[in-house]
Amino acid sequence: MTDKKTHPVPEDMPAVQLQGVHKWYGEFHVLKNINMDVARGERIVICGPSGSGKSTMIRCINRLEEHQKGHIIVDGTELTSDVKNIEQIRREVGMVFQHFNLFPHLTVLENCTLAPIWVRKMPRAEAEEIAMHYLEKVRIPEQANKYPGQLSGGQQQRVAIARSLCMNPAIMLFDEPTSALDPEMIKEVLDTMIELAETGMTMLCVTHEMGFAKTVANRVVFMDGGEIIETNDPHEFFDNPQHERTQLFLSQILQH
Amino acid sequence: MSESSVQQEYAPGTHPDWDPPVTEVGVIGWLRENLFSNWWNSLLTLLGIYLAYLIFVPLIDWAVVHADWSGDTRDACTSGGACWVFVKVRLGQFLYGFYPADQVWRVNLTGALFALLILWLTLPRIPYKRVAGVLGLVVFPVVAYFLLHGGSFGLSEVETTKWGGLTLTLVLAVVGIVAAFPLGILLALGRRSEMPIVRALSVAYIELWRGVPLITVLFMSSVMLPLFLPEGVNFDKLLRALIGIILFQASYIAEVVRGGLQAIPKGQYEAADALGLNYGKKMILIILPQALKLVIPGIVNTFNELFKDTTLVLIIGLLDLLAIIKAALEDPNWLGYSIEGYVFAGAVFWIFCFGMSRYSQALERKLHTGHKR
Ligand SMILES: Nc1ncnc2c1ncn2[C@@H]1O[C@H](COP(=O)(O)OP(=O)(O)OP(=O)(O)O)[C@@H](O)[C@H]1O
Ligand SMILES: [Mg+2]
Repeated sequence: MTDKKTHPVPEDMPAVQLQGVHKWYGEFHVLKNINMDVARGERIVICGPSGSGKSTMIRCINRLEEHQKGHIIVDGTELTSDVKNIEQIRREVGMVFQHFNLFPHLTVLENCTLAPIWVRKMPRAEAEEIAMHYLEKVRIPEQANKYPGQLSGGQQQRVAIARSLCMNPAIMLFDEPTSALDPEMIKEVLDTMIELAETGMTMLCVTHEMGFAKTVANRVVFMDGGEIIETNDPHEFFDNPQHERTQLFLSQILQH
Repeated sequence: MSESSVQQEYAPGTHPDWDPPVTEVGVIGWLRENLFSNWWNSLLTLLGIYLAYLIFVPLIDWAVVHADWSGDTRDACTSGGACWVFVKVRLGQFLYGFYPADQVWRVNLTGALFALLILWLTLPRIPYKRVAGVLGLVVFPVVAYFLLHGGSFGLSEVETTKWGGLTLTLVLAVVGIVAAFPLGILLALGRRSEMPIVRALSVAYIELWRGVPLITVLFMSSVMLPLFLPEGVNFDKLLRALIGIILFQASYIAEVVRGGLQAIPKGQYEAADALGLNYGKKMILIILPQALKLVIPGIVNTFNELFKDTTLVLIIGLLDLLAIIKAALEDPNWLGYSIEGYVFAGAVFWIFCFGMSRYSQALERKLHTGHKR
């Protein structure tokens, strides 16, 4: 597949740069001075207590939320309030949600071909071919003509991953992709994500799946109270956490 | 192989298929289960049958058994039942108003084209719905206008003042529905817009029109509007009534559609945004199909009301089906047959409204994709 970038991006340019990012919800300061560079092909796991701003941070990267201060540069393009700019970045950034958010009135195949056809202006036949390719990758090609409501949660989440991949994104964002799933379905989704990681995709995952973090993450980012408290190599992070809030958090999630 | 009094023993895996117990299937099973399951259920059933008897026997007697169908003056009505002769004699007027008799084929042709389009759009077996949609929304209105109004292509002009009866009712209802629907959707989107000016204007529009009775709107359009227009400018009374109806109904449709929009989870908007769809595509491809599906009953309800509300145009002197029947009742030759007239009017309205409602139910079933919220 050809990469349809509108402008060439230097190889060593980071995939995502967050520089002094602040965000408020009304009076509430939800993101405080976030600084992070994500290199091409790098896989970041973001964790932290509930309400620490993890979702907010990754949702800022594709402008589902707007930041008020600082710079976010995605794939060489800075996010501004210019709509064209935002749409261009959203084409390059895929997102997988906690609650899948598949389109219930469209079949699995139509869910996957919609954006390539209407956003990338791809011919239908080609879009369907690509969609089937990714549905095979996530191992549910036989469900292509079903509606999302007829699939299990794990299958739906894998369709959601395939749907994002059909846009051929440079970066994938995951916001707790397994936390709405029953335990026996978590593995099938994590396996899909691990396979995706092996293709060299740049990934930012909000997740508390520590096994996943140890297997695929290059770095683990720990957030609390709207700040990045600690960033570390996964083994260092789990075995030898530096910050006392990190230690507290890890002791809490490892209890059960 | 039905039930035997002694339970026979079968080796595991060899049990044959039995017929279900007689109480579970067939007419007797159904009757026993639904109508005579216990003594008060049986009593209610018998009471219901008696009430139906009280109502329907005299009705059928009046409308069919003792009715008069042949002849063409009131002297033909002698049997004491309904005098359908009255409806038969006046049928031309009821259907076409004062449309010139030698030009009535134009109305019939328009009606036939319309019926074909409706069949094409509604029967699931016929493919190319999109072609039918474009024909219906773009080509048909132009063709219908030139056919009905004439004045070019060698067709004589028939002014709208001569239109009447069912023709006028259908023109009002169909044009009203087709034009008010998209306008209503735009207003609903406007009311949920993030742009304050757009939102304020939409709210003001909707609340203004919803707060005024349709009769007032029609009066305003026929009496007040000309006062504001420059001297000599005189635009068609039917057109004015239509504009009034469209603007009025759009506000109702807007609120129904808004209800549907509100029921769509935020995640649907976010998923569409995250895929890079712009506002228009997001709404047309993702949000509206789901929202409209949810509010089909409400939309059809509004259409039904609009269809029946078209009868209010009699107040500004347009002769729709009901108005023309009322006028016919004043005819000294046919005094005293108002029941027949009103039953006929009621039946015609009922057929159209019932048709819409059946179609909406079929549509709901077809669009059901097995998901629950
Ligand atoms: N739309 C909003 N308006 C106001 N406050 C919000 C909004 N969305 C989130 N918040 C608040 O911002 C804070 C961060 O929310 P966020 O969803 O980013 O947390 P999170 O780290 O993803 O938590 P979780 O693990 O529960 O998903 C929370 O305190 C939340 O209550
Ligand atoms: Mg979250």
